[in-house]
Amino acid sequence: MYRLEHVSKTYTQSKRQVAALKDVSLTIPSGQLVAIQGPTGGGKSTLLQMLGALDRPSTGSITLGESELSHLPDRKLGGIRAKEIGFVFQGFNLIPTLTAQENVETALEPLGVSGEERRRRALAALASVSLADRAGHVPGELSGGQQQRVAIARALVKEPEVLLADEPTGNLDEETRDEIMDLLEGLWRDRGLTLVIVTHDSAIAKRAERRLHIKNGTVTER
Amino acid sequence: MFITYLRRELAGRRRQTAIIAIGMALAIALVMIVSSVSSGVRDAQASVLDSVYGVGTDLTVSEEPAAPAEGEAAGPGRFEFGADAGTTEGDSTAISQSRLTAGFGASTFDASALETVQGIDGVSAASATLALTNTTFEGELPDFAQRVEGGPSDEVAEGGEAGGPPAGGFDGAGGSAFDVNSFSVLGLDPAAAAVGPLSSVELDEGRGLEASDAGQAVAVLDASYATSAELAVGDTIDVGGTEFEIVGTVTSTSADAATAADVYIPLDLAQQIAGLDGQVSDIYVQAESADRIDAVQADLEEALPDATVSTQADLAASVSGSLATASSLIANLGLWLSLAVLVAAFLIAILFTIQGVTRRTREFGTLKAIGWSNRRIVGQVTGESLVQGLIGGAAGLALGLAGIWVVNFIAPTLGGSAGDGAAPGVLAAGPQGGDGATAGGPFGGRLDTAAATEVVLNAPVTVSVIAIAIGLAVLGGLLAGAIGGWRAARLRPAEALRSVA
Repeated sequence: MYRLEHVSKTYTQSKRQVAALKDVSLTIPSGQLVAIQGPTGGGKSTLLQMLGALDRPSTGSITLGESELSHLPDRKLGGIRAKEIGFVFQGFNLIPTLTAQENVETALEPLGVSGEERRRRALAALASVSLADRAGHVPGELSGGQQQRVAIARALVKEPEVLLADEPTGNLDEETRDEIMDLLEGLWRDRGLTLVIVTHDSAIAKRAERRLHIKNGTVTER
Repeated sequence: MFITYLRRELAGRRRQTAIIAIGMALAIALVMIVSSVSSGVRDAQASVLDSVYGVGTDLTVSEEPAAPAEGEAAGPGRFEFGADAGTTEGDSTAISQSRLTAGFGASTFDASALETVQGIDGVSAASATLALTNTTFEGELPDFAQRVEGGPSDEVAEGGEAGGPPAGGFDGAGGSAFDVNSFSVLGLDPAAAAVGPLSSVELDEGRGLEASDAGQAVAVLDASYATSAELAVGDTIDVGGTEFEIVGTVTSTSADAATAADVYIPLDLAQQIAGLDGQVSDIYVQAESADRIDAVQADLEEALPDATVSTQADLAASVSGSLATASSLIANLGLWLSLAVLVAAFLIAILFTIQGVTRRTREFGTLKAIGWSNRRIVGQVTGESLVQGLIGGAAGLALGLAGIWVVNFIAPTLGGSAGDGAAPGVLAAGPQGGDGATAGGPFGGRLDTAAATEVVLNAPVTVSVIAIAIGLAVLGGLLAGAIGGWRAARLRPAEALRSVA
């Protein structure tokens, strides 16, 4: 479960202070599917980075389970990301020189999983996104939808508690978008994940249990 | 995962890997060649020095020549022929005279200095030599005695024949012809061959000088001088008017270098014939160990205030000729060129690695986002750079070895002279080989007294040359990897992902 209390984030851009988040307080219970919408530059990605322990708030506190993320050192934040949080990005962010299976294995590397076990789990994760037969292909040999499936397999192979998806269908056509959303929704339901999706797409947002809107750094419930 | 990732990255970015490897290879090959040639030049200098001063000689003691006193001759002195000199055959008289004198520009000093040297702490062996030049004046002239017997008054009295052209001589018409030949002679103690010029020779034919040869008229010749002078073991040679039996010939142990002198004779006879009893021109000193050389030099200078004490390092500075040019070329141009290429190669490797890290911002950002530690990412970048460096190192090693092979295949010949200035007393001991003997002119032998010798440059492949190649490859790889890794470590995952969003 996430608990955000009076979270603000300020950036300095060209000697100018920009408030990306302003006094955000909210709770996301475990297992909830939340969609975050809002205009570009409204603070969606910043909020996702705070939730993903990629950045610390300027003020306020963020708690994930028992961990207070806003004061943890980088090494411990890295540990939490490695174990508990899966990421899916709009641009897939696969390593172009590695095969699909090796890309999935990269998520198990920081957990110290041994080679054989890593390969077995990576193949199982690829099978769960229906890509077992593409395990030896590099990203350049896969379609956009297939690449996003590999990215989802990479996010889920470590069996995280939370899956954060930043515009996961932004680069995909409508048909593939629905496939990916079906997949994410299925996994969320089967595994009891907390799934937070940042999206511009209202069709996707409508499938969420809860919709948040963020504009000028302020979050409102829809 | 580390190896798989590294292998895929290098294979996937072949052009970058190739450019870095080629840059490193060129730089490493250049450094190897320069280092090897420089070592070859050092060996050549040592070879020149060994041929003159002998193997194992750490120091030489000599004296600066003093200006001749008033009325004293500077050269070998005059050749004086009495009225009855020469042998007359028909109308011609053949004259010949040899003089053995101290080398031009050389100075002799009392042999008691040897005992002083031997008494100094840290000296393990010392021997004295007397460097001399033998000058032979020979010629053919008309038999003037015949004309004297006839008497000018008689000729006038008999009317009309006085002042007629003389007969005889080299052209049969009263002409004269003279040859002046010279060769270098080194008088040395036959019992002390362990240190000094004869320590760097090997026997060619016959035998060397032995302790029992002291006082005996026996000589050992430089093999190349013997060949050019058409002399062989068993023949005799006139040294200062004394016939010496040739008992052996010697060659230099260093390739293509001549030995220190043309003729070697026992020291006592050399002193006696040259009229330099109790005098020597050089003392060759071997120190007990290399680290005592400086101390021994200081002690020698104190004990013999008038003497010049030179170490091998001083002597190396005295090597001149194309060898010195090569040495300075290697030391200056070669060193700076290889440093410049090395710096360029390192910069290329660093810039490409930084460029690679910048291009892979999203990749490293993603890896950090999924929990990879900074250390793991720095290790990955460094590992990739290190392998690129090692590939360059292996290519550079092959290229460098090929370059060294080419240098050795061409085998350039370098000329070197030793003895000019640093050890003036040794000047007369310079090997002249065939040239000195055929110089002909009265000063030919004496002017040609610096130890001119030709050495084939051999660039050796030593462990240190290989170590330099591998060391530079590792250093270049680590340097590029460390800087690239530092850049990667500074990326904050959120910023890394935001920058590409």
